[in-house]
Amino acid sequence: MNFAAMLKRTPLHAAHQKLAAKLIDFGGWEMPVQYTSITDEHLTVRRAAGIFDISHMGEVTVGGAGAEAFLNSVLTNDVRKLAAGQGQYTLMCHAGGGVIDDLYAYRLAASDFLLVINASRIEADVAWLQAQAAKFNGGGLNVHDVSPHSAAIAVQGPQVKEFINTVISGPSTSVLKALAVTDLKKNQIAGFTFENHNVLVARTGYTGEDGFELLGADTMIELLWTRLLAAGQPFGLKPAGLGARDTLRTEVCYPLFGHELNESITPLEAGLGAFVALDKGDFVGRAVLDQQKTDGVKRRLVAFKMTDKSAPPRPHYPILANGVAVGEVVSGTQSPSLNLGIGMGYVPPEFAKPDTKIEIEIRGKRCAAVVVPKPIYRKPTQP
Amino acid sequence: MSHVPSDLKYTKSHEWVRVSGDTAIVGITDHAQHELTDIVFVELPAVGRKVKVGEACAVVESVKTASDVYSPVSGEIIEVNPAAVDNPALVNSEPHTGGWFYKIKLANAAELAALLSAEDYEKQIGG
Repeated sequence: MNFAAMLKRTPLHAAHQKLAAKLIDFGGWEMPVQYTSITDEHLTVRRAAGIFDISHMGEVTVGGAGAEAFLNSVLTNDVRKLAAGQGQYTLMCHAGGGVIDDLYAYRLAASDFLLVINASRIEADVAWLQAQAAKFNGGGLNVHDVSPHSAAIAVQGPQVKEFINTVISGPSTSVLKALAVTDLKKNQIAGFTFENHNVLVARTGYTGEDGFELLGADTMIELLWTRLLAAGQPFGLKPAGLGARDTLRTEVCYPLFGHELNESITPLEAGLGAFVALDKGDFVGRAVLDQQKTDGVKRRLVAFKMTDKSAPPRPHYPILANGVAVGEVVSGTQSPSLNLGIGMGYVPPEFAKPDTKIEIEIRGKRCAAVVVPKPIYRKPTQP
Repeated sequence: MSHVPSDLKYTKSHEWVRVSGDTAIVGITDHAQHELTDIVFVELPAVGRKVKVGEACAVVESVKTASDVYSPVSGEIIEVNPAAVDNPALVNSEPHTGGWFYKIKLANAAELAALLSAEDYEKQIGG
């Protein structure tokens, strides 16, 4: 039995093989965890630029007269805030308030939305959205999973703005008026033309650096990858894999479903109240979240740093306060930018204040750590 | 292609042994460090500890994983390498030399016969 043959592949698989990427099984997808070294790829994104294959992620279109009301009934954030060409981070909860997925919702036109969802949750999200849509009474609504033929690339890092306009030239051709890709503001999205192909460009990302996420048809993505690599190389652009993607997002405390979020954790416990619009009207999970806001949460997501030299903290390692186990690490790694162990975990609210001393139990040894405010890594500000 | 020095003996689990009379030095191979990349932490056994062949006695952590190191031979740990602990990247750059892990007093020289030759190890890693 050849397990590798059963893994899903993105349209960039051949490109990864050409680059001799180390491929691993990521939730049923054969994905590059690294091309050279996770640390090098991570630091390259922070200092120059990295290019990531994110084609495994899912895309769902939601359209029709009822689209806005429907999305507001199943997502926690308020899509009425979105003008055409804007996106927002949001979550989708079940009736118990637990998270089904975290995602980005973009408004492409008055009644035309695009949801970008986690690869590991495509099936769960689509099933949920379709079940909810079937119950929806508010007017014309169509929900389509367009993941199978969609592909995407993320380019992230301070140097990206120096070369991206030479690959995707402006002005934009749909969604939002922009003279050039680099004229897009954070969270904005617009359609551009790339060598006769349509591409949606969003100024979003998962690394904490400036950058763009580019969505298009699977038939054009390898050409886009090749062009970006060539244009970015003089600026230090390198391919970066999922290993670096994980260390980058951990440094800035972006949640990852399956770690900070799952169906038994609410957005409020995860500290994502800013993305929950309790005042917008009813949505699935609202009653529980409203109660949690009133009563307070029983556990809170905290970020922490190791304070002595130790092995890196990792998911599931116990968190101790005053010598007693009070919670668990959900994400942990050696931070390439800070050169120490960092992570996030859940603790009772009384231990959630920054500067609280905690310990992480690493292979039976209690190692000193401290709760810190999020994000753990902040870009050094210009003098 | 991994470097496989011919004067060392090897285990299936990617440790190497450099024998010198009744003592030996142990480390992890070039193939192992290449698989791990980015070694960020090395935990070595205490001097004086007695280990049995095959016993997990050290840990190597990369960014993504923690891996156990299994002692290729039985004996008493007589020295450990502080350089590997202070600068884990040395294990990546000098796996067979500067990045050595520990020195051990052999309890049973007969165990050496069970180790792989450079040629056999090379075959195993597909060299």
